[in-house]
Amino acid sequence: MNRRKIFSSELLDITIQRMTQQLIENHGDFEDTVILALQPRGVFLAERLKTCLEDNIGKSVKLGYLDITFHRDDFRRREKPLQANTTHVPFLIEGKKVILVDDVLYTGRSVRAALDAMTTFGRPEAVELAVLVNRKYNRDLPIEPNVVGRHVNTVASQRVEVELKGENFSEDSIWLTEKEKNQD
Amino acid sequence: MSQLSTKHLLGIKDLTPEDLHLIYQTADQFKEVINRPIKKVPSLRDITIANIFFENSTRTRLSFELAEKRLSADVVNFSAGNSSVKKGETLVDTVNNILAMKVDMVVMRHSSAGAPHFLSRHIDANIVNAGDGTHEHPTQALLDTFSIREKFGDVAGKKVCLFGDIVHSRVALSNIFALKKLGAEVMVCGPKTLLPKYVQELGVKVELDLRKALQWCDVANVLRIQLERQQLKYFPSLREYSQFFGINKRLLDSLDKEILIMHPGPINRGVELNSDVADSDAAIILDQVENGVAVRMAVLYLLAGRT
Repeated sequence: MNRRKIFSSELLDITIQRMTQQLIENHGDFEDTVILALQPRGVFLAERLKTCLEDNIGKSVKLGYLDITFHRDDFRRREKPLQANTTHVPFLIEGKKVILVDDVLYTGRSVRAALDAMTTFGRPEAVELAVLVNRKYNRDLPIEPNVVGRHVNTVASQRVEVELKGENFSEDSIWLTEKEKNQD
Repeated sequence: MSQLSTKHLLGIKDLTPEDLHLIYQTADQFKEVINRPIKKVPSLRDITIANIFFENSTRTRLSFELAEKRLSADVVNFSAGNSSVKKGETLVDTVNNILAMKVDMVVMRHSSAGAPHFLSRHIDANIVNAGDGTHEHPTQALLDTFSIREKFGDVAGKKVCLFGDIVHSRVALSNIFALKKLGAEVMVCGPKTLLPKYVQELGVKVELDLRKALQWCDVANVLRIQLERQQLKYFPSLREYSQFFGINKRLLDSLDKEILIMHPGPINRGVELNSDVADSDAAIILDQVENGVAVRMAVLYLLAGRT
């Protein structure tokens, strides 16, 4: 299996700092803005962004966890049904600016499901999308991120693997992997 | 594990402990959904479900219908009372006709034990048993054990006693299967005439003294005494039943311990349960009703994933 590191621990820290600054430019002190992390993989990035934002603006930032399992359009088309994660949105999003956060943007179907799931908590004023990795040229739906950690050109056979400190890995690193073609 | 081991929910007997835990985990999420301002998700948007009730039911049918609608399924309802069943149509013919209208799942209640099992051998749709005779009522047992788990964090190791009409109760049998699979200790208590002869073979304790049973248990799951059976002489009179097996606050207070009170409903107030117990903080009867919708949503969602 071919493996290429696209984020080291150091580069990840710098990228999250940059994304934080970009969000502050757009949302100021986050008075009218909330963050919704897409379960399960968006949670890591959203928590890092929240910590970084709070360090910078000196105020607490609202963060909710949104599970999109029941809103996916590929339910029953997969080999096995998806197991649901927890949804925990302890605030109203009616009239708020919402930043959806996920680790990787690929086909856009998760984001479509998230937009659907989010509206069960109210009608937001505006919605933005922040992702760590934007896999270009792989979109099934017309969805584009507003804040991006890194754009990566990938093909369908490739996968983005996220390894995090504290989850059995000694440091944060993100890899682009590709299965080797069968040698006939 | 993200998939049930079975295509149909015919009874608790067929499920593994892993199946039960998967249903509870999924129901946890659906309970969160039904407490949102918008209580609906689109998971079963392309699925048609037929609720086929050959026997009367109010709360089970309402609970299933609500669960189906909250998952965005299309729902058709069928009651045997005003149907061609009266003209002599067979069960398989009736259901095949309904399936010919492209129904994906069937929720069925029938007065004969084994009717859903029979049907599952003849049709392709997923079948959910909503009560078959005096055999099983799996979703009731799932919601009962889910409610115990919610209250105590775990069912394993808890002492649960089922009170009342055990011999005619499909709720009792399904509950015994579920509780045993989850590692609870189970007891049954009631008049000897209402206890099945071989109930001990299921691995449950038998107690004829109400006070001793209450003294033993953490959870009292009180079953309905079916008033219509009173004429059948299973016990001399309702008054006598109430004297010996009715649970009231005075009795509970005298035990010097807290017991969780459950009842699948409808309650005969003043017979098996007094109002001072049914409406007390110890009773979680309305929580059971709420959990019923979440658990049925979980079952339908997980079975739909197997089509």
